[in-house]
Amino acid sequence: MPIARNAARTALVACAGLFAVTACGSGDGADEAQSKQVTLVTHDSFNVSKDVLAEFKKKTGYTVKVLKSGDAGQAVNQAVLSKGNPQGDVLFGVDNTLLSRAVDNGVFAPYEAKGLDRVPAEYQLDAEKHRVTPVDTGDICVNYDKSYFADKKLDPPRTFEDLADPKYKNLLVTENVATSSPGLGFLLGTAAEFGDEGWQDYWKKLKANGVKVVEGWEQAYNEEFSGSAGGKKAGGDRPLVVSYASSPPVEVLYADPQPDEAPTGVLTDTCFRQIEFAGLLDGAKNPEGGKKLLDFLIGKTFQEDLPLQMFVRPVADDAKLPKLFTEFGAEADRARSLEPEKIAENREVWVKSWTSLVVK
Amino acid sequence: MTVPVVFFGIFFAYPVAAIVGRGLRQDGAWQFGALGEVLGDPDIGQVLWFTLWQALASTGLILVVAMPAAYVFARLEFPGKSLLRAVVTVPFVLPTVVVGTAFLALLGRGGLLDDLWGLRLDTTVWAILLAHVFFNYAVVVRTVGGLWAQLDPRQEEAARMLGASRFRAWRTVTLPALGPAVAAAALMVFLFTFTSFGVVQILGGPGFATLEVEIYRQTAQLLDLPTAAVLTLVQFAAVGAILAVHAWTVRRRESALSLVDAAYAVRRVRGTGQRILLGFVLATVAVLILLPLGVLVERALDAPGGYGLGYFRALMSADGGAFLVPPIDAVANSLQYAAVATLIALLVGGLAAAALTRRAGPFTRGFDALLMLPLGVSAVTVGFGFLIALDRPPLDLRASWILVPLAQALVGVPFVVRTMLPVLRAVDSRLREAAAVLGASPWRAWREVDLPLVRRALLVAAGFAFAVSLGEFGATVFIARPDNPTLPVAVARLLGRAGDLNYGQAMALSTILMIVCVVSLLLLERVRPLSRGAGTAGALD
Repeated sequence: MPIARNAARTALVACAGLFAVTACGSGDGADEAQSKQVTLVTHDSFNVSKDVLAEFKKKTGYTVKVLKSGDAGQAVNQAVLSKGNPQGDVLFGVDNTLLSRAVDNGVFAPYEAKGLDRVPAEYQLDAEKHRVTPVDTGDICVNYDKSYFADKKLDPPRTFEDLADPKYKNLLVTENVATSSPGLGFLLGTAAEFGDEGWQDYWKKLKANGVKVVEGWEQAYNEEFSGSAGGKKAGGDRPLVVSYASSPPVEVLYADPQPDEAPTGVLTDTCFRQIEFAGLLDGAKNPEGGKKLLDFLIGKTFQEDLPLQMFVRPVADDAKLPKLFTEFGAEADRARSLEPEKIAENREVWVKSWTSLVVK
Repeated sequence: MTVPVVFFGIFFAYPVAAIVGRGLRQDGAWQFGALGEVLGDPDIGQVLWFTLWQALASTGLILVVAMPAAYVFARLEFPGKSLLRAVVTVPFVLPTVVVGTAFLALLGRGGLLDDLWGLRLDTTVWAILLAHVFFNYAVVVRTVGGLWAQLDPRQEEAARMLGASRFRAWRTVTLPALGPAVAAAALMVFLFTFTSFGVVQILGGPGFATLEVEIYRQTAQLLDLPTAAVLTLVQFAAVGAILAVHAWTVRRRESALSLVDAAYAVRRVRGTGQRILLGFVLATVAVLILLPLGVLVERALDAPGGYGLGYFRALMSADGGAFLVPPIDAVANSLQYAAVATLIALLVGGLAAAALTRRAGPFTRGFDALLMLPLGVSAVTVGFGFLIALDRPPLDLRASWILVPLAQALVGVPFVVRTMLPVLRAVDSRLREAAAVLGASPWRAWREVDLPLVRRALLVAAGFAFAVSLGEFGATVFIARPDNPTLPVAVARLLGRAGDLNYGQAMALSTILMIVCVVSLLLLERVRPLSRGAGTAGALD
């Protein structure tokens, strides 16, 4: 018995030491350093160039600390759970499918960012109260494998209806709407197109036409799709996949050597538009720094850095798109959208009926 | 006992209670309405049933496939043994999305089975079960093999001498002695497969859902905390029942065993029986583990313009695309986190195991069960629990790096306890008493009696804790953390992007993860700092 007690005592000391280190680590030293730091809470896909952050520091004196947690849904849920005592100062990455949950739960403090007049009104979904600031947009669209359709001498489909045409039987792969964000976006796109009731009939037709549903984007795009680099290696045999409008330029950017033409294309009439927002967290420890950061997020430097870092489009109208996007990217043709309130209201019911309709 | 209790109180019980409490308490009053509503849902019943039976089936299958391997690795001498033992642990550290890829290449369209017999197993329950075997093979080999290697072979030999058949000698002498270790391995495998998430999703497809998947959806996606809380309680109840069964079977079995140094019990392969056994084990390992791993390595080397190290070179470049730092830095991050997590797990788990050996009673048994719970509770519950529980000074750890190794250690501790406990309990207390009578201080008795005997178990435990930490993805990803990705997180991030270079780098990074795992485990096996190993067998003779 005394042995155990001895060992326990040693361990306790060691443990206490560990916590002392931790406490120092988490506090980042003195308060002085803290006031010069602004914390950005975001999702795992967030990315920014080093020099862009350096420029922010030069302009404002603030260092940005980035905290990432899971996907956009998880980041927003964490913000809701820690409301009033947030993990950071600014949350970036709330999209229109999650906007209502964040705003209705009172996660954000209002702030009208400087330079908002350069952002088109259609993106300003909280224009009265300015609890959130639009930062970027991205379109979820069906992509197609160019060589498949060329080999088959078949015109690629163009519209949602075409996807249900027997000519294109067993060609489309999409994601589980219950767990995948592009999967959900595609469902919302069809709901915007065919209406609250009509989308179910449309999906019945899609199912009859052999749509394949896999769990996530990674499986759909890297395993099942025949046009992507990963899919080619994995022997993917579906030439149509629900992905992003920016996927073709990304295929080009990460090919070695870079081809003259993207191997994949976008069905520009099947797009659902995601708008990503940022907001000042209510109860932030450094609201001043947070406000400066929000201004910066819609500033020209950050806006022009966005496309090649996160493969989304800037919202500010003075931000120029990189050559990669203008050359290989596609512009959505009347991208579908739904009001955030409507999405919040119907999301769970729609996901449920979609699941019993398509998966089971 | 204090340290483990405090550790579990603060970093497990409190966060989990906080998140469940948040779900069940609305507007200051307990709401149990959700309980009936959720439990009455036939869909949930179905999910629970599937979760249970696939976990039981997986556990049974793994025991059947891996028990011969435990014997072969414990008792037979063959070239490349320690390398192979490290390799079978690799699946344990690989992210499920990567393993999903490899398994699809075997079981899916155009896969090996498809080529040979036109058989496709993806989106069937078989793919899920086989992948579970792949992941958990090492749990049985290491836990059971760890004890088996040290069982005194002379007892079985004595039984043979007295006229028992080979099988009867094994069944009546060795199997009962192995009982606790087998039960421990089965328990861990059950808990792992019971909370299976990625494997079920990727290989089973959207048609299959476990309780874990449902809890993830309710918490991380819908933020329906009341439903998530009820599901977590259901998970608790199921895991609790299993733990009770385990405790009941083990209590009647554990006894002091005659332990020897592993080197002493190991034998050269002799006779047809042993050759067949070795052949069976090597073939299983080749098909079930080496082949899927080989697929990943092949894809990592399949660079544009012919096979080569192109993707590996891309990993070194500063502009890694998805990162501010070269992705290769993730190796250093992972090693640091895993080292800290292993230390915490060994400290907490080792003390817990020591305390559990020396005490008995309902409280101890209850605590033993509590230590296993982190394996049976959803990572998202723990992750979100951390967020709302550890949010005020002095324990505002939310933005701290230590949260990552802490979460990893939580999963590592059960492994440490389960590998240490059977061996510690097997140490004959008369040896300690004899040392004390001869005038050794308690510390010296522990060092000279216990330590040499448990040294091997300690190393096995450390290996486990390290591998678990290296591969931990669930809790790590649910915790908000500064941007220094671990290897699995980096792989996931690369796979989340289109483009050949990203895909190739993801495969290359997975290959590096495998190599890091194998090398670490091999190094760990070479650690022999604690007293003279060979003296042990001599002391017992």
